[in-house]
Amino acid sequence: MPRSKNLIPGAVLTAFFTALALISFVYTPHDHTTVDIVNRFRKPLGGDFLLGTDHFGRDILSMIMVGARISIAVAVVAVGVGMVAGVPIGLAAAANKGGILDELIMRVNDLVFAFPSLVIAILITAVFGPGAFNAIIAIGIFNIPVFARLTRGAALSLWQRDYILAARVAGKGPVRISAEHILPNIANLLIVQGTTQFSLGIIAEAGLSYVGLGTQPPAPSWGRMLADSQTMILFAPHMALFPGLAIVFTVLGLNLMGDALRDILDPRIRRDAR
Amino acid sequence: MPANVPVMLRYALLRLQSLVLSLFAASVVIFLTVEVVPGDPAVFMLGINAQEDTLAALRAELGLDQPPWQRYFSWAGGLLTGDLGTSYTYRTPVAEMVADRLRISLPLATYALVLGTLIAFPAGILAATRRGSAADTSVMGLTQCGIAIPNFWFAMLIILVFSINLRWFPAGGFPGWEDPFTAIKALTLPAIALALPQASILARVMRSALLDTLGEDYIRTARAKGLTRRQVLWRHALRNALIPVLTIIGLQFTFLIAGGIIIEQVFFLPGLGRLIFQAISQRDMIVVESVVMLLVFAVIVVNFAVDLAYAWIDPRLRTAR
Repeated sequence: MPRSKNLIPGAVLTAFFTALALISFVYTPHDHTTVDIVNRFRKPLGGDFLLGTDHFGRDILSMIMVGARISIAVAVVAVGVGMVAGVPIGLAAAANKGGILDELIMRVNDLVFAFPSLVIAILITAVFGPGAFNAIIAIGIFNIPVFARLTRGAALSLWQRDYILAARVAGKGPVRISAEHILPNIANLLIVQGTTQFSLGIIAEAGLSYVGLGTQPPAPSWGRMLADSQTMILFAPHMALFPGLAIVFTVLGLNLMGDALRDILDPRIRRDAR
Repeated sequence: MPANVPVMLRYALLRLQSLVLSLFAASVVIFLTVEVVPGDPAVFMLGINAQEDTLAALRAELGLDQPPWQRYFSWAGGLLTGDLGTSYTYRTPVAEMVADRLRISLPLATYALVLGTLIAFPAGILAATRRGSAADTSVMGLTQCGIAIPNFWFAMLIILVFSINLRWFPAGGFPGWEDPFTAIKALTLPAIALALPQASILARVMRSALLDTLGEDYIRTARAKGLTRRQVLWRHALRNALIPVLTIIGLQFTFLIAGGIIIEQVFFLPGLGRLIFQAISQRDMIVVESVVMLLVFAVIVVNFAVDLAYAWIDPRLRTAR
């Protein structure tokens, strides 16, 4: 199996933030919603508060831990939406190559691609109200064409293979062939793309929350924490530093892992797919 | 289509047909999305204590009493003639407001694109020509970080360093174009923040495109003919590597205009992004509709232009769909 030097750091970072998110369900150093005016703007490493406190005296480490939970959940569900809707669409398009269905699916796909995703995400959350759920929908919609296109491309090249011909001769229909032969063979590809979309989802959620359209208070989110910190960056830079680093390291970990997985899992299929 | 129509023209017409379809579909989708926005703009403008007949008069004036399909056609028809409607809140033509805001958003996106390209090209070329060296490793490492850093956070950090501590650039706001020097100064930090992820992606594309072409047979032939490495790079490899790179640059421009929305928030720049946010909070839906449509229009047209440029450079693509 080919090695990749990105695998270990990527996996460690990803595991670290996943662990933070999971631990936050059972333990955080402080309650992340408790307002403690006496202890506001505490510097990091001072006494009880490892990463300091914000303008309400809330513990930043606890907020980052709970924020990890929300960021990861939003991104995971958004990728899930993209996969659950996009993969069957792509499989159907490939099975009907050149047909009306294929044409229609790919046209709609191109259309969604043409929308500047951030603008539409803002539009969706503005129309249906800000919140984590609408953020998931807004981010998830743009994952659908990504997975549909990838699946179609990869599936098309597989449909030319001899073993698919053998399956057809054996009397299997397009649905069974797609499920039993195509899907398992493109799973690697989907995992790699899923990692990339996951990291894009984290950044998108942070961006939406930063402009006030994502996760709503009192639920903490990395993007909101950054927005709150902006006017106080002069005297409390730690408020801006740690949530930002959390985003960077989570995204970095996912990207490194995605690259490593791409190297490890069959790279040949990927080239065919493009 | 008759066979004697030149291939390139035929390709252009085919693409044009799908461009028109896309624009039509986009306008319907945007109109329908905005249509379901809760809240009556008339109530929003006059307040909840307004008399029913006043509200009705205002609705009639704004055309809100017409059935949706009729409003769609008057809006879409207006778009075709460059009439983006009239803002509910400011009673000024949306086209004027947009033109005003574009004086910031467009230069900002261009500035970021230029900065990004100026950083990405040398970095990508350096990494590709010295593959596996320390320079390559650091370019790849830095670009990996550049992609992972959210640009609005990067914006906050450079404000802290260059505005608050060093006082080289303003921390936000825009003084207008009367004095181009201060205007450009005000756009510099936002442009850097916008350019960071774009430059990182572009440098990686440049590197991999160049590595691909450097591995081609004709490069070896050129070297065998006696050209130096440098000559091969500039005469053959770079030119061919530019094709995918130009595509990405074209696509990035639209990302920069849209991505500017958040950066404009960070720096309090009165560009298109702030116009959208303002309009959303004031339920000024005609502005939201028209600005979003304009952005989608820009993306679709740029994609169209990139496709054509691509086909023009590489004739094999003209037959492909």
